[in-house]
Amino acid sequence: MLRRRVIPCLDVDRGRVVKGTRFVDLVDAGDPPELAARYAAEGADELVFLDIGASPEGRATLLDIVERTARRAFIPLTVGGGVRSVPEMRAVLRAGADKVSLNTAAVADPGLVTRCARSFGSQAVVVAIDARRRPAELPSGEGWEVVVRGGREPTGRAAVAWAVEAVERGAGELLVTSIDRDGTRSGYDVALLRAISSRVSVPVIASGGAAGPNDFVAAVREGGADAVLAASIFHRRTYSIAQVKAAMAAAGLSIRAA
Amino acid sequence: MSAPLPVAVVDYGAGNLVSIEQALVHVGARPWRARRPEHLAGAAAIVVPGVGAAGPAMRRLERSGLVDPIRRWIADGRPYLGICLGLQLLFEASDEDGSTTLGVLSGRSRRLAGAPTLPHIGWNQVVRRRRHRLFDGIAADADLYFVHSYAGRPEPAAEDAILAETEHGETFVSAVALASLFGVQFHPERSGVDGLRLLANFVALAGGRRAD
Repeated sequence: MLRRRVIPCLDVDRGRVVKGTRFVDLVDAGDPPELAARYAAEGADELVFLDIGASPEGRATLLDIVERTARRAFIPLTVGGGVRSVPEMRAVLRAGADKVSLNTAAVADPGLVTRCARSFGSQAVVVAIDARRRPAELPSGEGWEVVVRGGREPTGRAAVAWAVEAVERGAGELLVTSIDRDGTRSGYDVALLRAISSRVSVPVIASGGAAGPNDFVAAVREGGADAVLAASIFHRRTYSIAQVKAAMAAAGLSIRAA
Repeated sequence: MSAPLPVAVVDYGAGNLVSIEQALVHVGARPWRARRPEHLAGAAAIVVPGVGAAGPAMRRLERSGLVDPIRRWIADGRPYLGICLGLQLLFEASDEDGSTTLGVLSGRSRRLAGAPTLPHIGWNQVVRRRRHRLFDGIAADADLYFVHSYAGRPEPAAEDAILAETEHGETFVSAVALASLFGVQFHPERSGVDGLRLLANFVALAGGRRAD
């Protein structure tokens, strides 16, 4: 039986893992390959690196980090942040990533998803969707809007409709982050996850707001997520991956024993 | 300690070769990339990785002149490990694009039917149908990492090759072994300790010794 995945997310800025609410209160949490190897040993099912600085200098550093991580952590690695073209994606895959997550650039140029999927296969293309609840519904009647640039810029685009389009264009997975919940420790936006997972057949990764093991369970059970991603609760060692998996197993979810 | 096993990793421009190379180095092999037939010289084993569709993969292999050398390699009974697409290519054809594949095993690659999610991405149980040294030291229902939408379905003539099965919507063949020919649908290079163990076992089998 296919297991539900638990994925630590490493936000990387200028070569270091940073923690805190995304983009604010950044605190140095260590050397990325070091932390990646530790999480792999503790039972992480996959790893996600997000280059939150995404500067040209940062890119070379990131590729070096990916390469060093690939030598030590023999579990799947997804890299996101600032990838805008097929050649840029190729460079990240060549460094040792298995998948690349596309976000702002894909919203600006949806054809990028198609081109990347044609070049590398859908399994290598994750589309990351940052979504925010709208005070009033969008004209399409949908309650969530896509935001870009780390949640700072609204797009007016309906999140569920974008999710469906991204999959039609070849996304093999969706990484769905609630910007409202991100960093708030108030739980995943389960309604958002459900709205998307019920419309697509590809795996959905839940992100944004995890505070404790019950949130992970809810993301799967109520949100229909295939995988759950979190950053700060693991970096701060509030919970270990094993504790989260134990809670998921106790709730009857199928997980991979560490 | 014996010398590192020389392994040619067939490079036809599909997928992440870094992780398979790193994993082979980790288990004591000496891998290099084979882009042309002459690059197979000196290898004690070949690994054919790859993700994506069978048609483009076969076309790239044809262009590199590698199809016949690979067929000969297998016919000579030399060690072969196909990973993911490298397993599917062993069958006769793929439903994905109707392409003809290597035809070493009778059967076709078909889209997983009735799967709750596709692609089938994540860790899933690999349930052994028989004992084999390829799985020495690995639990009989170990979790290994998959990324695919298609899987080879052997005809009765190739039933004997089936080593393990996995369920996602339907039961599919997740490992085959026939003398020195091996294929796995999961990614051992991305399957943690158990995946590394399988690669170590393959390297040991190919080198005619036991993994330790």
